[in-house]
Amino acid sequence: MKTWLRQHRAALGHALQRLWRAPLNTLLSLVVIGIAMTLPAAGYILLDNVQKLGVNASGVQEISVFMRTDASDEMTGAVEAALAERFPGQWRFVSRAVALESLKTREGMADIVESLPQNPLPDAFVVEPQASAPKALESLKDSLAALPGVAHVQLDSAWIQRFDALLRLGRLIVSLLAAVFAVGLVAITFNTIRLQVLARADEIEVARLIGATDAFIRRPFYYSGILQGGLGGLAAGALILLGLAALQAPVERLASLYGSDFALTGLALRHFALLPLIGAFLGWIGAQISVSLALRQMEQGNA
Amino acid sequence: MIVASHLTKRYPGGHEALRDLSFEIAAGDMAAICGHSGAGKTTLLKLLCAVERPTSGSLVVNGQNLPALKKRALPYLRRNLGVVFQDQKLLFDRSALDNARLPLDIIGLPSREAQRRARAALDKVGLLAREKANPIALSGGEQQRLAIARAVVNRPSLLLADEPTANLDPEAARQVLELFYAFNQVRVTIVIATHAPQTIPHPTRLLTLDHGRLNA
Repeated sequence: MKTWLRQHRAALGHALQRLWRAPLNTLLSLVVIGIAMTLPAAGYILLDNVQKLGVNASGVQEISVFMRTDASDEMTGAVEAALAERFPGQWRFVSRAVALESLKTREGMADIVESLPQNPLPDAFVVEPQASAPKALESLKDSLAALPGVAHVQLDSAWIQRFDALLRLGRLIVSLLAAVFAVGLVAITFNTIRLQVLARADEIEVARLIGATDAFIRRPFYYSGILQGGLGGLAAGALILLGLAALQAPVERLASLYGSDFALTGLALRHFALLPLIGAFLGWIGAQISVSLALRQMEQGNA
Repeated sequence: MIVASHLTKRYPGGHEALRDLSFEIAAGDMAAICGHSGAGKTTLLKLLCAVERPTSGSLVVNGQNLPALKKRALPYLRRNLGVVFQDQKLLFDRSALDNARLPLDIIGLPSREAQRRARAALDKVGLLAREKANPIALSGGEQQRLAIARAVVNRPSLLLADEPTANLDPEAARQVLELFYAFNQVRVTIVIATHAPQTIPHPTRLLTLDHGRLNA
């Protein structure tokens, strides 16, 4: 166990040394990996912010609950009580009289309203629930419609559904982008590790001849791939932070011109930790494929 | 230490490098494998350190039948073996000391201990003063002695050498051979392939190969 740990430490040391000895190559690889990871990550951040923007836009999620015109006061009271319990502060009551008044103020409607024998409008509640997922809203709508005396529940959700579909599409595109760049990252690692293996052909041959196991020979290259991917992930995190810092002020100014207090959200700390982890994992995969292939080729070359 | 019976090595294409060899080398022997070039000396050494496998026959080294060993077991076999290669196979990207300690790093010895033992090996071959030198800066004889230091740093019981004096001037060759003799004196079994068996000091065993066959 102790020996095992020591060998891993030594392999890690070798890998670090290798990165350090070719600073330009290392830097270029890290920049490439960093950019490759920045693009999908930036896409996720963008979607996140767009979604927040959508949720922020007020009046988007409205449920109108229309009572039957013959609904009794008890029924209206029951609905009011239910709403007060489930959506405290998120609803308002529009009585039929108020609704008629507001209809009268509209251009050309006054005469028509005057000519009506009686008020045809029902009492209504307007709910602005906090839940925003279209599915949740649908089930809300159903539960409201089931209340006694309710004639009709209208969900102003077309806009939300479109917005949600757009977000879904965006997420799909970002996911595809991420997959493409993940393959790219594996390919980058594959290439750099391959060059490393070929450059060390002599050392590998000698080590084999004097009793190195396969694991011993592969280990430093795995660490190289892991380090490269992990550091690339850190680089991506740094690029994203820089980008957000640069955008923050202009975005806030734009938002304030629209009278909004919208501000860009970056990545949560755990997401920042995820970037190097993903990078390291992909780097490890690239190194694995690369070392296996290069070693097999070397063996065939020697035979 | 080494028991070969009916050992045959045929290369793809039909060339028969070794044919039906049977011999024994006892522990503590100073054995010379000689013969003209192309007689199969290098092939036999390659079989002995399991770089190649015989086509047929058995070859028991250190109590293990090499042809029957799994590929995974080979590294552990080689760790008990010191080999001085014909082309030495030194690494020119590191110091003499780092070359000598490579086998110890492979088995995962603590760095301090590896350093100490590699220095001791370099001292034995008279290269301690050059421990920081790159092998490329060493003379032919010094490179050969460095290769020997690397071969013995593991304290193997069997030391194989392929033409260790081929490219050396007589004085350097004498030094190298004396080193082998010194290791033989401390009961290390030595097997040297050479085209000049008369130069081997105090051989206890002489195998002469002729076109892949053993000449008694």
